[in-house]
Amino acid sequence: MEIPVMVGAGLVVIGVGMGIGRIGGSAMEAIGRQPDAYGKIQTAMLIAAALVEGIGFAALFAV
Amino acid sequence: MPLVLNKFYSIFTLFIVIFFTVNTVQAKDAEASGDLKTEIKEYITHHLEDAYDFSLFSYTNKSGKHIYIGIPLPVILWDEELHVFSSSKLHHGLEVVASGNKYYKLDHGKIYRTDASGIIFYDESHHAKNIAPLDLSITKGVASMILIATLMFFLFRSLARSYEKNGGVPNGIGRFFEPIVLYIRDEIARPNIGDKKHGKYMSFLLTVFFFIWFLNMLGLTPLGVNVTGNIAVTFGLALLTFLITNLTGTKDYWLHIFDPLGSSMKWFAKIPLYVILIPIEVLGIFIKPFSLLIRLYANMQAGHIVLMSLIGLMFIFKSWLGSPLSFGLAFAISIIELLVALLQAYIFTMLSALYFGFAAEEHEHH
Repeated sequence: MEIPVMVGAGLVVIGVGMGIGRIGGSAMEAIGRQPDAYGKIQTAMLIAAALVEGIGFAALFAV
Repeated sequence: MPLVLNKFYSIFTLFIVIFFTVNTVQAKDAEASGDLKTEIKEYITHHLEDAYDFSLFSYTNKSGKHIYIGIPLPVILWDEELHVFSSSKLHHGLEVVASGNKYYKLDHGKIYRTDASGIIFYDESHHAKNIAPLDLSITKGVASMILIATLMFFLFRSLARSYEKNGGVPNGIGRFFEPIVLYIRDEIARPNIGDKKHGKYMSFLLTVFFFIWFLNMLGLTPLGVNVTGNIAVTFGLALLTFLITNLTGTKDYWLHIFDPLGSSMKWFAKIPLYVILIPIEVLGIFIKPFSLLIRLYANMQAGHIVLMSLIGLMFIFKSWLGSPLSFGLAFAISIIELLVALLQAYIFTMLSALYFGFAAEEHEHH
């Protein structure tokens, strides 16, 4: 396995981590602001996180 | 209901008792003495792949023989005529099986037709050149799916029957599953598909949710099955979503794909836009189920790889530090995997419902 591929995959995973972190953080803030909408926010958060996660797996499979 | 479950357990026990056998195979010493890291890698790859028999564990005895303990499964091949034999005859690729007037041998996880001496020819890139017959075998994955399907059948039949008997109140294990069924109806199907049409999609959504969830959970048991981490299985599930979405698509669904702008523009203004828009929309029909299949496959595959690699750490460290570290990490990941097993089933059902919602939509025309 070449080193550039590994470094690239690592960068993608860092990006995915930051992305999912932001999604989770924003969802927390949104729940804090609107506790009543907890269920809807959680659903939207999970879908968005799943979509971002797919990109991370694409990078891992390139390695 | 306990009666039905008892019946199920007795069938299961019978299955185990009849088929539980011991296979003895001479060890290939040349391979076993290889590099430790390569060996662990091979072990993980072997675990991720489907197998012809349900081997539970294996060990090498004092006389250098490799003993496999497990359940052999039927091998079904179509090669001009039907060939059916037990997978124990394959002896993990060490012996040639004579069936009818043809000979078969297992090589790197696939069955090939050979001559009586069992020679496999390889090309430059070390792929077998022999003819591979059409393989319809009941493999480990297929057997697990049949097991889960049977379990689900008895479980939900008994849940449905308990409503009849008790007048709308579930009993036994149904008390655990009823809220989940209601959650899928009220939180997944209704908001995404709509109050009017969600009924006809419910059977698929419930089946696919419990099927994926149970198979994911089965993958976490020490049986070592990896069904939802098999791209063919997730392909099949995503294909069903694809077919249901497109076969139940309303006029508005197809109009949205082939005429997304509707009457908001003159026809000659739409032409240059549609050169780009329509191919994107048509591609979208295929990308949606494709992302479903890749997500489930990759998540389960990655989970298994991480878990097996952490267990492999124990053999790499070879010190007092290795075992607790390996155990602790593997335990923590197992707990996360329990969550992932449920989450992936939920996401698959949720996104399927979302796509069905697109297919079932009906606009009010202005």
